Amino acid sequence: MPADTAAREFRRQGRVVVVGASLAGLRAAETLREEGFTGSLTMIGDEPHDPYDRPPLSKQVLLGRTAADDTELPRRRRLDARWRLGVAATGLDLADRRVRLADGEEVEFDRLLIATGARARPWFRESEAALDGVFVLRTADDASRLDRKLAAGPRRVLVVGAGFTGSEIASACRERGLEVTVAERGPAPLVGALGGVVGAVAARLQREHGVDLRCGITVTSLEGDMAGRLRRAHLSDGTALDVDVAVIGLGAMRNTKWLAGSGLAAGPRGIACDAGCRAFDVHGIVTDDVFVAGDVARSPHPLFGYQFLSLEHWGNAVAQAEVAAHNMISSGLERRPHLWVPAFWSAQFGVNIKSVGVPPMGEEIVVTQGALGENRFVAAYGYQGRVIAAVAFDQARWIDFYRRLIESAAPFPPVFAGVDRRPEGARPVPADFPDPSLPTHGPTVTLSGYSPSERRLQFTPARA
Amino acid sequence: MAVPVAGDVEGTRVPVRLVVDLNRCEGYAQCAFLAPDVFTMHGEEALMYSPRAGQAQREQVIRAVAACPVQAITVDGADAEETRTDAR
Ligand SMILES: Cc1cc2nc3c(=O)[nH]c(=O)nc-3n(C[C@H](O)[C@H](O)[C@H](O)COP(=O)(O)OP(=O)(O)OC[C@H]3O[C@@H](n4cnc5c(N)ncnc54)[C@H](O)[C@@H]3O)c2cc1C
Ligand code: SF4
Repeated sequence: MPADTAAREFRRQGRVVVVGASLAGLRAAETLREEGFTGSLTMIGDEPHDPYDRPPLSKQVLLGRTAADDTELPRRRRLDARWRLGVAATGLDLADRRVRLADGEEVEFDRLLIATGARARPWFRESEAALDGVFVLRTADDASRLDRKLAAGPRRVLVVGAGFTGSEIASACRERGLEVTVAERGPAPLVGALGGVVGAVAARLQREHGVDLRCGITVTSLEGDMAGRLRRAHLSDGTALDVDVAVIGLGAMRNTKWLAGSGLAAGPRGIACDAGCRAFDVHGIVTDDVFVAGDVARSPHPLFGYQFLSLEHWGNAVAQAEVAAHNMISSGLERRPHLWVPAFWSAQFGVNIKSVGVPPMGEEIVVTQGALGENRFVAAYGYQGRVIAAVAFDQARWIDFYRRLIESAAPFPPVFAGVDRRPEGARPVPADFPDPSLPTHGPTVTLSGYSPSERRLQFTPARA
Repeated sequence: MAVPVAGDVEGTRVPVRLVVDLNRCEGYAQCAFLAPDVFTMHGEEALMYSPRAGQAQREQVIRAVAACPVQAITVDGADAEETRTDAR
């Protein structure tokens, strides 16, 4: 059968299974239907909830403004799907094209989309992680429990790890009037994602808002009382801290365990796929019926030296899901590459932070507008003489402009006359990223080398 | 692009689910002006919104969707199911 006839047939009566019923899974399903897929659609998700949105969990929900179960995602259209929620996929048989479920059911597919995302990295010592008062934040259930605990007015909250999630949690705690200590192994908050120059601004923001920020420090153990309630944390500088809540913000781990032995190039850092969202198998050969999207994917990006990027970004999940869905029901030349320029936002301590491009690739940084000291600025990151990323604090409307500079490989430092340029911004300085082999809280963009079937645990960005 | 909102069918009016693409949002605050119960500015330009608006805010939300200069607000589509169609 010619390829386009097969594609037409598949569109009409194929069987699509989506594993992971969250942002990427939902948006992909909607796109399939929008683009005329009339076959059968099965949505499998291990959470017992309809697809919901995670960014509000560390913001509106922790501020007590929105209930955790009020964050369901809107539906762009009718799906006519079969939903299997509250049951995990436990295995994949590529040869027979079946997904095994935890309840024993086997679901057959013609094409599969894997959108199983990531989960919170738990505290490393299980007995301590189980103490009453120790939390992670990834799901609506996590958020609802943490919100209840914060509402009860703990004496002090300890946030372990000052990445975006940890910093947003600290911000919400301060806004609720709670005492909070942040322990960060790196030299500053957000340093893995934005580097030391911007990290210093984040550190100042935290302190200005009354956070007891301790950098260059790790939490070595959590101690409970007889009843199993958290009461104290021990730090690497030999001090101890009385706390009744600890939130572990040590980054996320990809949900790929269920694919062990499946033959796909799936490892702890995600599932490798091509720019068209097709998964690679362990030999580095691209599959044609298995697609990947969202936090669980890592895919090569032409703008960034074809490196495989793992992104933990809302916008990536949406954009990649749409491309994956389109390609699932298209053939050959109709297929599209996922060329989205990485971008994310964060709101913390009253500041709107936005980033575009891949800051951790940046060797140098230059403040192009505003001033670091005013918490209101845009800074551009340079890599081998071109603009590779930009970050804005309370300057959101400039981000699109910088995206275009990145897309056009504009020279760094940028040559345009700064509209609001200060002396401190005149010269690029080192962007000051920590040694990437020592991940702190996990940057939200991970450069993960070149080889599709590469499954090493080491964090090894190729920097030149 | 104004998106029709679910809940019009025979008086079965349900709360409106919404999400804002905050990559796209430029903090112009039109939505906060038109639907202050649902959208508020937090600090100078960070938008906070309620992901589920009540029936009383429905009209306001629809106006905000239409007024957003960068089409960043998505609400339930007209034919969207309120929830998953089968039981767990
Ligand atoms: C607290 C928090 C705040 C955030 N804030 C921001 C922000 O401000 N800006 C930003 O850009 N991004 C933010 N993000 C990131 C953003 O939410 C993610 O990028 C996005 O959720 C990714 O969507 P996804 O569908 O790929 O994965 P996920 O949302 O992780 O969904 C994957 C789903 O698959 C399910 N699943 C996993 N394994 C299985 C299995 N074996 N069988 C069945 N189902 C399975 C999971 O339970 C989950 O429901 C935030 C994330 C969190 C947790
Ligand atoms: S109107 Fe649109 S751009 Fe303006 S604040 Fe609201 S969502 Fe953002």
